[in-house]
Amino acid sequence: MAAAAALEAAAPPSALWGLVHDFVTGQQEGPADQVAADVKSGSYTVLQVVEALGSSLENPEHRARARGIQLLSQVLLQCHPLLLEKEVVQLILFYENRLKDHHLVIPAVLQGLKALSLCVALPPGLAVSVLKAIFQEVHVQSLPQMDRHTVYSIITNFMRTREEELKGLGADFTFGFIQVMDGEKDPRNLLVAFRIVHDLISRDYSLGPFVEELFEVTSCYFPIDFTPPPNDPHGIQREDLILSLRAVLASTPQFAEFLLPLLIEKVDSELLSAKLDSLQTLDACCAVYGQKELKAFLPSLWASVRREVFQTASERVEAEGLAALHSLTACLSRSVLRADAEDLLDSFLSSILQDCRHHLCEPDMKLVWPSAKLLQAAAGASARACDHVTSNVLPLLLEQFHKHSQSNQRRTILDMILGFLKLQQKWGHEDKDQRPLGSFKDQLCSLVFMALTDPSTQLQLAGIRTLTVLGAQPDLLSSGDLELAVGHLYRLSFLEEDSQSWVAALEASGALATLYPVAFSNHLVPRLAEELHAGGSDLTGRNGPAKASRHLRCLQALSAVSTHPSLVKETLPLLLQHLWEVHKGNMVEGSSEVIAVCQSLQQVAEKCQQHPESCRYFHQTAIPCLLALAVQASMPEKEPSVLRKVLLEDEVLAAMVSVFGTATTHLSPEVAAQSVAHIVPLFLDGNVSFLPENSFPSRFQPFQDGSSGQRRLVALLMAFVCSLPRDVEIPQLDQLMRELLELSRCHGCPFSSTAAAKCFAGLLNKHPAGQQLDEFLQLAVDTVEAGLDSGPCRSQAFTLLLWVTKALVLRYHPLSSRLTAQLMGLLSDPELGQAAADGFSLLMSDCTDVLTRAGHAEVRIMFRQRFFTDNVPALVQGFHAAPQDVKPNYLKALSHVLNRLPKPVLLPELPTLLSLLLEALSCPDGVVQLSTLGCLQPLLLEAPQVMSLHVDTLVTKFLALASSPSMAVRIAALQCMHALTRLPTPVLLPHRPQVIRALAKPLDDRKRLVRKEAVSARGEWFLLGSPGS
Amino acid sequence: MVGGGGGGVGGGLLENANPLIYERSGERPVTAGEEDEQVPDSIDAREIFDLIRSINDPEHPLTLEELNVVEQVRVQVSDPESTVAVAFTPTIPHCSMATLIGLSIKVKLLRSLPQRFKMDVHITPGTHASEHAGKLNKQLADKERVAAALENTHLLEVVNQCLSARS
Repeated sequence: MAAAAALEAAAPPSALWGLVHDFVTGQQEGPADQVAADVKSGSYTVLQVVEALGSSLENPEHRARARGIQLLSQVLLQCHPLLLEKEVVQLILFYENRLKDHHLVIPAVLQGLKALSLCVALPPGLAVSVLKAIFQEVHVQSLPQMDRHTVYSIITNFMRTREEELKGLGADFTFGFIQVMDGEKDPRNLLVAFRIVHDLISRDYSLGPFVEELFEVTSCYFPIDFTPPPNDPHGIQREDLILSLRAVLASTPQFAEFLLPLLIEKVDSELLSAKLDSLQTLDACCAVYGQKELKAFLPSLWASVRREVFQTASERVEAEGLAALHSLTACLSRSVLRADAEDLLDSFLSSILQDCRHHLCEPDMKLVWPSAKLLQAAAGASARACDHVTSNVLPLLLEQFHKHSQSNQRRTILDMILGFLKLQQKWGHEDKDQRPLGSFKDQLCSLVFMALTDPSTQLQLAGIRTLTVLGAQPDLLSSGDLELAVGHLYRLSFLEEDSQSWVAALEASGALATLYPVAFSNHLVPRLAEELHAGGSDLTGRNGPAKASRHLRCLQALSAVSTHPSLVKETLPLLLQHLWEVHKGNMVEGSSEVIAVCQSLQQVAEKCQQHPESCRYFHQTAIPCLLALAVQASMPEKEPSVLRKVLLEDEVLAAMVSVFGTATTHLSPEVAAQSVAHIVPLFLDGNVSFLPENSFPSRFQPFQDGSSGQRRLVALLMAFVCSLPRDVEIPQLDQLMRELLELSRCHGCPFSSTAAAKCFAGLLNKHPAGQQLDEFLQLAVDTVEAGLDSGPCRSQAFTLLLWVTKALVLRYHPLSSRLTAQLMGLLSDPELGQAAADGFSLLMSDCTDVLTRAGHAEVRIMFRQRFFTDNVPALVQGFHAAPQDVKPNYLKALSHVLNRLPKPVLLPELPTLLSLLLEALSCPDGVVQLSTLGCLQPLLLEAPQVMSLHVDTLVTKFLALASSPSMAVRIAALQCMHALTRLPTPVLLPHRPQVIRALAKPLDDRKRLVRKEAVSARGEWFLLGSPGS
Repeated sequence: MVGGGGGGVGGGLLENANPLIYERSGERPVTAGEEDEQVPDSIDAREIFDLIRSINDPEHPLTLEELNVVEQVRVQVSDPESTVAVAFTPTIPHCSMATLIGLSIKVKLLRSLPQRFKMDVHITPGTHASEHAGKLNKQLADKERVAAALENTHLLEVVNQCLSARS
């Protein structure tokens, strides 16, 4: 053997001889790794291994020879980094030679070559020589999958490291590879082969005359039809193959002339997947193609896309068809034209227009929308396409609008116009004169105004949407147009309740007011001010209800347009002024009026949050004013007037609380610090100096004084301090906390004591850990313990415990588990048990006024999961241990916890809890029933396998609850009956006749909402196991 | 009108590729009365219409409402007398699908209304080839014929498809 002979001989150690012998003749696998390890550790050299193999490499017996070469290859695979250049040269010569050998030997030879292809020391020229030898000597496709894979690996390795050399081979390399992969069937190999072709193309290897062959050898797999075998260990998905083949096919314009006819053919396939793949591939091609490639195929491509979009029942086919048309148009728009060339974009768009425009004239027919969508897909591709299509379609649609007189036809046409107008926004036109909408502006406006005055709500809505889009076009609408538009919006805002138009009109006003504050300030705000004044003065007259709703609408309109800082400066004073007038008794109002104004204020506050300046303005204007009103109302009077107490009612204060919260959360630190320095002393020391109109008949001392009216205002303090950003320092905090605790014990006024407990909890939640926090906690615990022990204040102590627990649970404070346990203990309390059960709902839910994320509270995202994990075992245990009469309290508490838990967290816990839930279905408490049904319904949908074990019980219990006296329970039970149909059909079939009979009864329920659920549940049960379902 | 080439997903060309489309009515708004436990809600025409409007057309990917085959004005109902009458209008006078549509409506009502109701499903007078319409109305009124039709697996399959919620 030439190679071996040329290597300098050195006597191999005898251990090596033994290992080689064991491997070659002993047919043991272990020695190969041993030899490789020894070579790596330097015990012997590769040369010595070759020496030791000696005659095995030349053994006339094929199997023995293969075995010898295999050992060498396996050693090389592990030790190739150690090889010297001259060794590599010799080994390559040896292996190339062996490629001519018997087919039994080839796999081992390929392994060796693969090892050498990884070799850094491979001298130039040898990569080409190896590949040439493989192309010439090996018929790759008759090898087993593994060995074909080895060949692809050798090629991939060389392409990675020897790109320049391979390119020297020219198109021969491409041709050689085509022969290698021709006929490949295995998905694992195909993924590698596609990758190689992709690299050939993208790295610019010469394809020479073999473009078509290369296309043929890959495109024969299109469209991919492959379903992975069950339990496939390789994890290759159909999608992997589709994407890697698409990357090849769509990688070069050189394939265009072959690929496009193929795509046109396959789009017409009967198979949905083939259609989708073809359209998506076309889409991908357009990224690299130009006019030249597309030119000859445009008519056919358009015909295919049009046919699919027109005919399909599948939304995906429609969407892919539209996407493909979009890309085609974008591609034609992108190509740089020679001066003398025909503009393909224009002729392409013209053919689309020709085929689609007549459908736009039939707004009742099915094809109207597919046609509009096709045109919009094309128009969305480029500014040029958009101009071309719009300038053709808009005049047509404007004309059609006038030709058709029915509202629903006009609505369809206007909706189409809207689609084209929206596309205009995509393309910014620098030059005002070039904006294509300019010449249509007047027609568009008059058409929109016609729509706005039409009696049909749907047409009005389309008009409002169109107006919003027109308004968003810069410099399009004149001040005259705007005045008219504002007038229409004003009118629409006062339409009757069941029309959706007024909601849309208010929204549109808000959107347009940010762009045109002056128009709204001139033409809308004064009219609303007048309306507010006039409407407010007499609501008890003859047209009471109608007027009241008009008045309400006026308040909503004022808040809706407060989207621009300059408008807020007009609307806020109007609203506050109105509130003063109500308060001064100039108007006779119920609490609903004040609540409505507060809701309006809250919405203004929300809109101000975006602009720091507006935010400051709102806070500094509204908060002192509202506080002054409230303090005034809380003053003791000689002649108690009903009116003034309105401001102190629960609902009114709740409405004010949400204004305070919204106006505080987004404050800058400076403004917040100023404000807190006024408001805390107001409550603690009665310092009223910062309030407007602050001459009060007596002092304001909510914490000391006995007046219940003043105490109630602590809710406003709560809304403010609990919404402050965390880093704002609160003055006199220690005193404040003690006063709050004291007030929380106050009995006789649950509103005040609860507000104090919530305020305390809100501050506790945000307070940084440390000694002061521990002191506050100790105070709270002491207050709770003392209160729970003795009679009159137990309920207040419980409320404090509940809120403090919530504050700590949210921030994962270690004390929370002790407090939760205390709460759980109260479930057996004869007096507080039910309240404790309901308390779990509060612990798990999100509050709106305190302890909110928006109000900067510390709320850990996983607190519900954590609460579940920490407490559910104890609840379950408590349930089993509890006496019969308090078991429902445990079930209720548990229901609340489960109901609020994200379903993915709940699912794994099911097996342990399910028996309890099934028991809860028999609980007579309506709340437990409802919450258990609400818990089981999603579980039926998501874990049908687990649930199917209990199908007998479930069917019986659900059917029983379907005749509950409570409508909500009947509905939930029927929804569960419906969800049951998701269980495996064989499990359900035995119950089908019984269920269908039983569900006939709720079909005649006296409540329509129950009948509706019964109909859908029964319908599904009929379909079970029936053909066609 | 529709470009050449083979059929769509379902295969074969449609009888009427560009039919008139009517707007779907929205969900019935829930009233305060409906949410009040104490107030009984009687079965009215809109409730019956809501049962049948979303039945799929056997031929188009559209509902009977969108094709105007059923309309609320053609539903007569009396809850106290337990009677329902539904007239339906096939899209074209000789529509071969009329039997199937009628059967689907009938089956939907049978499955969804209390047993006390007597139901009458018929073709809107004057909209269909007369001798055929008479025969069809008679078939739909005959309980045994309807039951026998549903014994036919293929027929039941198509009816069930018409009654399945669109995925």
